[in-house]
Amino acid sequence: MSEAIIQIENLSKRYVLGHQRKNEGLRHAIESAVRNPLQWLRERKKSIASEREEFWALKDVSFAIKQGEVVGIIGRNGAGKSTLLKVLSRITEPTAGRIRIKGRVASLLEVGTGFHSELTGRENIFLNGAILGMSKVEIKRKFDEIVAFSEVENFLDTPVKRYSSGMYVRLAFAVAAHLEPEILIVDEVLAVGDVQFQQKCIGKMQDVSKGGRTVLFVSHNMAAVGRLCQQCVFMDGGRIKHSGPTDQIIPLYLKGGKQGDGIRVWDETVPVKCDPRLKIRVLRIVGPDGQVTGHVDIRKPFTIETEYEILKPIPPFRIGLRFMTSDGTVAFSASDSAHSSYETKSYAPGLYTTGCVVPGNLLNEGFYNIMFGADIPFQQVLFLDESALGFSVEQTGGVNARFAEKWPGVVCPHLEWQTKPLDKAGAVI
Amino acid sequence: MTKAATVELDELVIEAGRTERQYWRDLWRYRELFYFLAWRDLLVRYKQTVVGVLWALVKPILTILILTVAFSKIGKISSEGVPAPLMVCCGTLPWLFFSSAISECGSSLVNSSNLISKIYFPRLIIPASSVITSFVDFLISAAILAVMLVGYRFMPSANLVFLPLFVVMTIALSLGAGLWIAALMVKYRDVRFVLPFVVQFGLFISSVGAPSTAVPENWRLLYSLNPMVGIIDGFRWAILGGSYAMNWVSLILSLMVMALLLVTGLWYFRRTERTFADVI
Repeated sequence: MSEAIIQIENLSKRYVLGHQRKNEGLRHAIESAVRNPLQWLRERKKSIASEREEFWALKDVSFAIKQGEVVGIIGRNGAGKSTLLKVLSRITEPTAGRIRIKGRVASLLEVGTGFHSELTGRENIFLNGAILGMSKVEIKRKFDEIVAFSEVENFLDTPVKRYSSGMYVRLAFAVAAHLEPEILIVDEVLAVGDVQFQQKCIGKMQDVSKGGRTVLFVSHNMAAVGRLCQQCVFMDGGRIKHSGPTDQIIPLYLKGGKQGDGIRVWDETVPVKCDPRLKIRVLRIVGPDGQVTGHVDIRKPFTIETEYEILKPIPPFRIGLRFMTSDGTVAFSASDSAHSSYETKSYAPGLYTTGCVVPGNLLNEGFYNIMFGADIPFQQVLFLDESALGFSVEQTGGVNARFAEKWPGVVCPHLEWQTKPLDKAGAVI
Repeated sequence: MTKAATVELDELVIEAGRTERQYWRDLWRYRELFYFLAWRDLLVRYKQTVVGVLWALVKPILTILILTVAFSKIGKISSEGVPAPLMVCCGTLPWLFFSSAISECGSSLVNSSNLISKIYFPRLIIPASSVITSFVDFLISAAILAVMLVGYRFMPSANLVFLPLFVVMTIALSLGAGLWIAALMVKYRDVRFVLPFVVQFGLFISSVGAPSTAVPENWRLLYSLNPMVGIIDGFRWAILGGSYAMNWVSLILSLMVMALLLVTGLWYFRRTERTFADVI
């Protein structure tokens, strides 16, 4: 594979997790040492041993990328995508394995890294450009272009701390968009800004790839991945699960890690970001027969339910679901805050299940991906998994089943159709 | 250059423990970033202040005043025929440079954690550019010395030509100590609490307010292990000359400690650098 511009061989990255010990304040340490010195020493030894736990964020990852390819890297939270990008962009060192890269790499793991709020827009363009690896001459040459792209001409000499967040993001992306490396590494940056600006960003990235440059793109937005990338790498648990043409990989991703078994369990083996007052245990799809399934009948209703534990008292929070098609289009969103039970449900510590019924004859056949979260409205996101569970809606003789074709569309409702004969004057006979 | 070598140059290999070879080349490639970071720090330093860059003068002036009163007027320590404020000034300027450089340099990495966890560049640029920022303040504060020399109608000695040497020594020492502190602080934030204490205490054991001759003879050698003693003696010798003879033993000790700190500082920094993004 001499044409490979990036060659990754058996790449692994290990982190040593330091678990926070409970009650580990200085006061507690002194108190327990004074009360019972022997026991304190014994416990200390024990807790230090159990404190160090290894975690392989990447394990034996190998693949090659050819020049000019745009490769999407997809996977659930904690699959190792970001670690892979960090290793590729030399922010952190691999534990084992090797990467060979031919060409200048620019990585964009965050928009506006290194922006200084006290500096003006003009000054930040130079600073940020230098941080991203541009030379002063290069920045000067592209300065006008960057300013035009960012649409902040009138505020160039204003400190960016006075910018609106939209302006800030636009300026930051504008600088990054004018990098000209052979290899561009991008992480989720399209998740910022308004829709119009996002379109502009995707357009810019398409231009970049047309120019023969290689792009690595991490995203949860399957629509963007589908539009930008020809090749896809699907990661799970630090390993590559599948890789190949995007249109083949995305459905596999949406089907869910375990080939669509209709249940997702969060336990101690996977790191999850969740508010400590809450513990999300399960999200599952239950068919009309009461069985958990990853394949639902297009005609039949199904229940989607979660099991969670409230560990400590918590203000009223809502549970939200977003159903997305394989190209990332949102089919619909749902939240229990829309229902009267939201006012009556309990928020006291304990174990709960919350669920809703999705009617039959609603979603069209195909794969869907559920984004699942819990939040205190307008205050705090407690839990969010952009790709919590995948399932398929199976054709079993729904409204569109008469002929063997898949109808376009996200929904496939059961509608009343009527045909009546008319007379010459156009009146119903 | 052979063909094989050029191919080697184009290809970047990332492997565990293999950053050394590209490192110094990268340092050169990112030299503009070094300049930009120093420029940013200077630009930001006195923003939204009323007197602005004058702050670079206020601190040394007040320090000189206080130390003069404390050591020469109250402590009655002889300044060897030289005006006491001038003697104190020659100690205060390098000391303030050193202390602000190690403070800024020490916390520079932690303050840039956002950069470190998101972008690659040789991390050495961050502490190095923060030393430069303090150096600029030092250059500004040198105006105080110039004004005092004129005010006291004091003719500096011919040793003045050696002054740049001592300035370079201060820079090297600040960088060496700063690298240690910065790298340690990434892992152990305790350093953040120790550092102000060291800086405060250091003022009294670095012959800032009084010449090193004020220290009893049999303690002198131990005292000179503090590298700032030799440097400050050097500053006095270069500027005031005559009555401030060069103590060669303390100068050589200073040089040795400085070299040791710089070499081990670089070594420790390079050794821990690859894990900065993981632990910061």
